[in-house]
Formats: sequence, C-alpha cells, structure tokens
Amino acid sequence: MTAVATGARTAGPRITLQDRERRRGVWLSALAWIIGLIFVGPVLWMLLTSLHSETDAATNPPSLFAPLTLQSYASFFGAAGGANPWPALINSALISVVSTAFVLGFAIPAAYALSIRPVKKWSDTLFFFLTTKMLPMVAGLLPVYLIAKTLHLLDTPILMIIIYTSMNLPIAAWMMRSFLAELPLEVLEAAEMDGAGMLTLFRQIIMPMASPGIVATGLICFIFSWNEMLFASVLTGTTSITAPVFLTSFVTSEGLFLSKVCAASIAVSLPVLVAGFAAQDKLVQGLSLGAIK
Amino acid sequence: MTTMRLEPTMLVTGRREVWLRRIPLLPALIFMVIVTQLPFVATLIISFVHWNALYPTDVGFGWFQNYAAVFTDGATLQSVLVTIGLTVGVVLISLVLGFVVALLLDRKFRGRGIVRTIMIAPFLIVPVASALVWKHAILNPSYGLFNGTLTWIWGLFGQASHAPQIDWVTAQPLASVMAALIWQWTPFMMLILLAGLTGRPLDVIEAAKIDGATNAQIFRHMTLPHMRQYLELAALLGCIYIVQNFDAVFTITSGGLGTANLPYTIYQTFFEALDYGKASAAGVVVVIGSMIIATFVLRTVSSLLKEDGKR
Amino acid sequence: MPHTRRRRRITGVAALAVASAAAVGLTGCTGAGAWLSGGSHDTINVLMVNNPQMIDLETITAKDFTAKTGIKVNYTVLPEDSLRAKANQEFAAQAGQYDVATISNYEVPFYAANHWLEPLDDNVAADPAFDQPDILKPVQDALSAGGHIYAEPFYAESSMVYYRKDLFQKAGLTMPAHPTWQQIAGFAAKLDGAEPGMKGICLRGQPGWGQILAPLTTVVNTMGGTWWDAKWNAGVTQPGFADAVKFYVNLLQQHGEAGAAQAGYTECLNDMSQSKVAMWYDATAAAGSLEASDSPVKGKIGYAPAPVDKTQNSGWLFSWAWGVEKASQKQADAEKFIEWASGPGYLTLAAKQFGWAQVPPGTRASLYANPDYQKSAGAFSEQVHTAIESAQPSDPGVQKRPAAGIQFVAIPEFAAFGTDASQAFSSAIAGKESVTQALHDVQAEAQQVGRKYQK
Repeated sequence: MTAVATGARTAGPRITLQDRERRRGVWLSALAWIIGLIFVGPVLWMLLTSLHSETDAATNPPSLFAPLTLQSYASFFGAAGGANPWPALINSALISVVSTAFVLGFAIPAAYALSIRPVKKWSDTLFFFLTTKMLPMVAGLLPVYLIAKTLHLLDTPILMIIIYTSMNLPIAAWMMRSFLAELPLEVLEAAEMDGAGMLTLFRQIIMPMASPGIVATGLICFIFSWNEMLFASVLTGTTSITAPVFLTSFVTSEGLFLSKVCAASIAVSLPVLVAGFAAQDKLVQGLSLGAIK
Repeated sequence: MTTMRLEPTMLVTGRREVWLRRIPLLPALIFMVIVTQLPFVATLIISFVHWNALYPTDVGFGWFQNYAAVFTDGATLQSVLVTIGLTVGVVLISLVLGFVVALLLDRKFRGRGIVRTIMIAPFLIVPVASALVWKHAILNPSYGLFNGTLTWIWGLFGQASHAPQIDWVTAQPLASVMAALIWQWTPFMMLILLAGLTGRPLDVIEAAKIDGATNAQIFRHMTLPHMRQYLELAALLGCIYIVQNFDAVFTITSGGLGTANLPYTIYQTFFEALDYGKASAAGVVVVIGSMIIATFVLRTVSSLLKEDGKR
Repeated sequence: MPHTRRRRRITGVAALAVASAAAVGLTGCTGAGAWLSGGSHDTINVLMVNNPQMIDLETITAKDFTAKTGIKVNYTVLPEDSLRAKANQEFAAQAGQYDVATISNYEVPFYAANHWLEPLDDNVAADPAFDQPDILKPVQDALSAGGHIYAEPFYAESSMVYYRKDLFQKAGLTMPAHPTWQQIAGFAAKLDGAEPGMKGICLRGQPGWGQILAPLTTVVNTMGGTWWDAKWNAGVTQPGFADAVKFYVNLLQQHGEAGAAQAGYTECLNDMSQSKVAMWYDATAAAGSLEASDSPVKGKIGYAPAPVDKTQNSGWLFSWAWGVEKASQKQADAEKFIEWASGPGYLTLAAKQFGWAQVPPGTRASLYANPDYQKSAGAFSEQVHTAIESAQPSDPGVQKRPAAGIQFVAIPEFAAFGTDASQAFSSAIAGKESVTQALHDVQAEAQQVGRKYQK
C-alpha cells in the first residue's frame, strides 16, 4: 500500500496503476465481506430461527420477518418442565475449567523441560506427546470404561477431567514449548545473574512474557473440553452429564423442534462464543504457536 | 527476533543434572503414559480375546480371529477409505479457503475487525450443535435454509412452486458432512495462517516492491515459503482433529449412505454389536496405521520438527 | 557461584513439579467424596429414551413419586440410538450405574437370557395394586422370557396408516376398512401433488434398524417374505422379500416424501403436520401429536389399519418398558418406581396434568375402557387398541420363524446386522445402488448371521 502511495505522486500512466490498485482494493474488501457473511450466515440463521416460534421456523420459503419470541430459550431452560440444563452447563464449566488448569499445570513445566533447559531426547518426547494425539481415541474407549467401572469413577466429573486433561495435554505441551522457546534467553540469564530463584523466574519473567501463549493455550483447551461429546456420552450419566450430551438429549423425537434445537445450540455454545470473541487477539497470537521465526 | 541457542555448557552435564532436568517433564509424561498407554495395552490384550458381550459365557482366547474378521469385513475397509477421503477433503478445502480469507484479512480495509470476528464464529459453535443445525436447519429438504433460499429466489420471479428442492443429505451425503466440517474448520485454519502472515518480514517485502517485484512474484517467492510452516502446522492440526471426527457423522447421517468413518464404525462395533474383541482389533489396526502415517508425516514431510531438530 | 545458582534453579523446578503433581492428588481426593456416583440409598438412577411421554413423566416425578415415597429419581434422557448404545454398554458390563432403564421388547429376550435383568414376577407383578392382568396380553408376552416377566410397559404401540380425510374426500377416494398395499400405492399416486409441494405418502427411509427396517419388515412379512426361515436360512433374495423391498423403494421414489432416504419417524411426523404428505404409515404413537391442540392438521386425519397383502394383519408391536438391572444395589426402590410409572394410577395422574390425549397409550385394557379417554382420543383409540391386541409377535408372516419379533428379529445380532441392511436399503431409496445389489449384499450378511445359529 505504501508503495502505491509513493507511486501516486509521480505523473502519467502511474495514476491508472493507482486507480487499478484502488479498484482492486475495493473488490478485495468486498470479497472479504462476502466470504465473512457467508460463513457467519448459518450462525445468524441459527439465531433468527431460535427467536422464532416453531411454526414460523419451519416454513419454506423462510419467514424472515416473523415475530420474535424467547419461547424456545424459555423451554430450553426448563420453563415447560422437563430437564433442567443447569447441572449440565455447570458440569461442563467445571470440567473444562479444571481440566484446562491441570493441562497448564502439566504443560508449562513440561514445556520448560522441552525448550529452556531441554532434556536429552526432547524431540522424541514431544513426538511421543503428539502421537498420543494421533491415536484414534475411540480405540481406548472400552478399556477406559472398564477401568473406570472398576475404580468406581463412572459418571464422575473427575473421570472427565482426567480424560480431557490427557486429550489436550499434547497440543498444550507443544504450544507452550513453542512459546517458551521464543523467550529471549538473555533475559532469563540476566535474571538468574541477579539471583532470581526458579520460582521467581517463573513468576516474574516466564509467566508474564509467555502470558499471551498461556491464554491462547488455555482457551484452546477450554474450547476442546467444552465441545467433546463421544467420551462424555459414554462415560457420563446422571451426575456428570455435560452440555453437548444434554444437547443431544434435548432434541426430542416428536413435534416441531427446529427453533428449540437452534436455541439450545446457541445456549450451549454461548460460553465458548463469549470467551472466543473476547480473546480473539490472543487466539491469533497464540495459534502462531510461538511463530517459528 | 532473538532465538535461543544452546551453548554446549547448557547441554547435559552429569547424571544428576540429567535427572533434575527431567523432573518438570515427569508429571506430564507419567500422566500421559498412564492415561493413554495403559488403555491401549488393554485394547491390545482384548483384541486377541474372543469376546462378544452379548454372549457372556462364550469368552476365550481367540488368537488372530478378530484381526481376520477386521480384514475381511468390507464395512471396516470402506470406513478407512471414507476416513481418508473425509480428512483429506476437509483439510485441503478448509486450508485453501482459510488461506484466501487470511490473505484478504491481512490487508487494511473498513470493517476488517468485524469481518475477522464473524469469520471466527463457526469455530466457536459446539460441534454437535453445529451438526444438528446443519442437519435440521440448513440441509433439511422441507424447511432448511438452502431449499428455503431457493424457493425465495424463485419466488422473486413468481415461480416459487417450481423452485428446485434438493435433497442435500441424500444426494450428497459425504459432501454434506464435509460442508459442515469445512464451515467449522476454515476459521481455525484462517487463524493460524493469519498469525503466520502477521509475522512476515514487512521490510523485506517493501524492499522487494520498490525493486519492482509484482504481487504474484512476492506471493510466490516470499509469502509462500514463509507460510510453508504455518500451512503444514494447520494441516497437521486439522488432520489430527478431523480423522477423529465423530459428532458430525453421528449426527448428520448416522453413518448411513456410505459416510461411516473409522471412529463411527468402531463405536458401532463396541456399542451396537458389542463385539469387544473385533472392535479392539480394529482399534489396534487403526493405531498401527496412524503411527505409520504419523511417523511418516512428522519425520519426513513436515519441517516443523526438523527445523527444531537443529537446536 | 554458578553451581549454587544451578542448584537453586533445579530445586525450583522440582518444587514446581511436585506442587503440580500434589495438586492433582489433592483435588482428586477432596473431589472424590463429593462427586462419587451413587448418592444416598433412597436415590435411584433411571436411564430413559427421550420420547415426549417420558419427558412428561420426568416433570411430575418429584411432585408425586418422590413426595409419596421419599425416593429421589435422577434421570438420564437420551435419543433412541444413544440410549440403546448406553443400555447395551451398561447392562453388558453390569456397571450398576443405573437401577432402571427403558428397554424394549427387542432387548428383553436376550437381556433376560444373559441374566442382565431382575425378574419382576414376585414383586411388581405380584402386587394386586399393580393389576398385572390389566396389561394387554401381547405386550406382556413380548416383555417376558422363559415364563418370567422381565419388564413392565410404559407405553406400547403398533403401526397404522394416517391419511388426510379432507384430501381423500376432495379427490373422491375412500379408504377401505382394511386397505391393501396395492390400494395404498394407488392412493399415493392419486394424491401426489394434491396440494402444491405435497407428496403421496411418507415412509421411513432413514438408516437404522429401528427406523426404515420397522415399516419395511412389516411390508416384507405381509408380502410373504422373512429375514430367516425356521432353519435359519436367509430369505432376503427370496421372491416375497425382494418384491416387498422393490415395492417399498418404488413407492418412495415415485410418490414418497422429499428426502426419503434420511426421513425417520420425526421427519415424517413433521411432514404430516406441515401438510407435505397426504398419507403416512407409521407408529400409532404419532396419533396423539397429530391430534394435539396445536397441530395444524388436527381433526383432518383419518386412521386405517396397517396395510396387508398376504396376511390378515401386519401391524407391528413395540413397547418401551422398565427393566431393573441385575447389578442394581437398590432393587426395592427400583421396583417401587416401576409400580408407580407403569401402574394404573399413573395414567390418571398424567391425564390430570397433561390431558388424556397425552397419556402413554397401549399398555392397559382399562385405559381403552375409560370413557374420558375414549372421549378425548376417540378418533384413534379403538384403532390402536385393536392393532395392539391383534399383533402376533411370534407368528407375524406366512411362514414359521426361528425367533420372535414382527418389525425386528429378537436376536442380539439383529441390531448390528439390521443397521448394515438398513443402510443398503436406504442407499437404494436414494438411488445410490440398485435394489438387486442391496438385496444381494444383505443376503450375504444374513447368511453369515444365520450360520451362527445353524451350528
């Protein structure tokens, strides 16, 4: 863009070039907007449908301007009797937050031992972490179920916390390793020269400098924990049911339910949407995985 | 950017140091071994057992009969193909789309922040919710968004009753599942690639422009090489998650019309046929297959670990 | 100097590692006490399917059952497919996580044979207040095995034809008292397009042995086919079976609902309510929804028995029923729950709360003798009653069968086998493969299953 601006000051054919650039810019911006709207379209449609009555939701062509109502949300939150989603939402929140905390608690020290003061075969270790992520998790489902049954852990939040911690730890260790590897070693050395202990070093230097990475890693782990359904549907029951499992049970087999499905989907996705939108800058930074520069 | 380089002195000195260096790693390592490897050992053992839970009295050592059953079962082999097709298709398309959007968003324009925000939205919808909404609110032939839009467009010309009403899931079952997944994963790819683009050395690009390089040349010779690692990273993460996808297949087609992928087939063998032995054998085969592919991808193709390996 | 620095650093790392490990252990312990499943002795866990009548039950449990008995009930409510997977997993492992589960007449025979269920003869069925003889005979038989009752029905259904009386009249058609499939196909052709965008008939095409195979198998039965003959020879490519599948697929492709290959019970119910089809052959349970006060087609629906060809009747029989898991630690409480939920008192209670039309139907003779019920469900109640009473689970076709079941074969393999078969037939409806090819593939798999029993 700057190049174009300087070019503009010279006379003659350059002006058409600038015009062409500008026109191209307008087109590209329009294209970005169009793609953005296409992608958000289903979300908006979901929102609109959730605010319509069931009969207005099931028309063809769609009734865009039908009266809005919160009826479907009310029915999701148990106004019409029936299941109450709060235990599931609270379970999901608890399980996701606690497992994310554990993931970070495991991953940050591990990342330290994989980057700042690396162990000998650190890349093999990282490779091991990553391969666990590539195993089809479903293959471990039956043993996990049988072991959990023996340990009386079925249908407990603890079990889900352990499972989600193990699911997210590899990616988190990898992400955190990239972030820590980015830290300028001089600063660490200098702090050590000044006599900073390991914990001080962690608290005052590593954590603050790696905080965008920690936030991004935490957010990703939170999202994946909140979203998981396969293990939750097998390993939870009355006590520790999570929001996605509740969502599938909420879709009843009779009557019109389109608006209710949309309302329930939005309600269940809301925590992730809020967290994701609020921290989107961190997400972009974080997903660079420490930008291997 | 300053990157850490290890001086020889910082490398391992003495046994004590070796162990002390390992300590921060141990909790994570031990935890992962217990939680992910022990169940796998159990799966391995069960895979040699003749065990269908529907016949609790008929359980015994079965040698390789479960493996024979897996390899002669057309459905399992079919699901391998579906898994590969689904993963490659979704990852490639969302990678290309994500790259295009990331390039578009890398420019300054009015409302860039808003476009980025709305682009992220699909990634933040719970996958089961997304699958339910795609199935019922978008692809449904009677009142879904797609056919509704067709009716509306035809309606503009007074032809509403002649609007084509496509039965999306039936006509294109795999594409329907893929559409829902691409919609969810493009934003994820875009985020990674956007982060990559922001990290481009702008001064060098400026210099190239002043030297008269065209946009195409800059893209081909500067942006693309710089983005290679990010593209690989995005593809790798995409593969990891999409190979495992269960929610979309389970919800949109219930594995019907030739869309059953491996996770779905194994799930079905576990919980519908209750053939624990065969399901475990299928699991073991898939694990071995994934390991081979993972080793190949991570060690040979990807530059992610190779680059790091220099350290 | 460098030495001490290193040591301090190392101890720091060690402390961090130990702390994180300890944190895991600590929360693990404190959490366990509060979160372990089970709970107090007067709480039972119930696993059930998410049909509307079950949801109604859930809403009045606390007010009525818990208030009377002091037993708290925790429900896990799941859609049918997930419920079956979960019930299989739970009962096979005898995990004891649930005390009561909704199971159907499909599961009862082999769950009982595997000793996964507690028999109910001496407790629930023996209680005079429960009035076991009031339970309709075919339903009770379908929920018994080896002379013992293993489950008590919450509701039961057969199948019948729903049709739009107004459209029949407009077109000058009359629905016979006992329609044949040929007649139904004729009506479907005539009523196709009766209103803009309307199709002739809705039939399930969605994969799943509980979806497409239910109506399809009744067509097979009445057209003289069977999955297996008495000696476990597969009969899928035999004329009776093949003709029935061809008939079903042709009917759907020519005059069936939009999206037939993905349409199940729910989709058809929506199509019928939204006037997108003129007829529908499916479960009798839908009648309540179609006649509900907010239904757009209320009062416009006529009812006819399941269409026939070579047999006298061809309605199916299905019941969601309560079974007690053998491994349950709280069997006495579980039995009390069943006495309440399947008992005669529940029907009046549900009627008071939700109206007679929403009462779970099909289980008790007294319900069909009840004048209040007859008044509110008059349009269809007798049709449903007759359909259930005339169902013959042990002899549904023209030939002898090796196992019980009308719209299914009550062997454990049928769930997995049926799912594969349903996918082949569903693909045929979608035009993705030919009927002949589908039949051929399914036959091969049916032979494999049959061979297991021939040994």
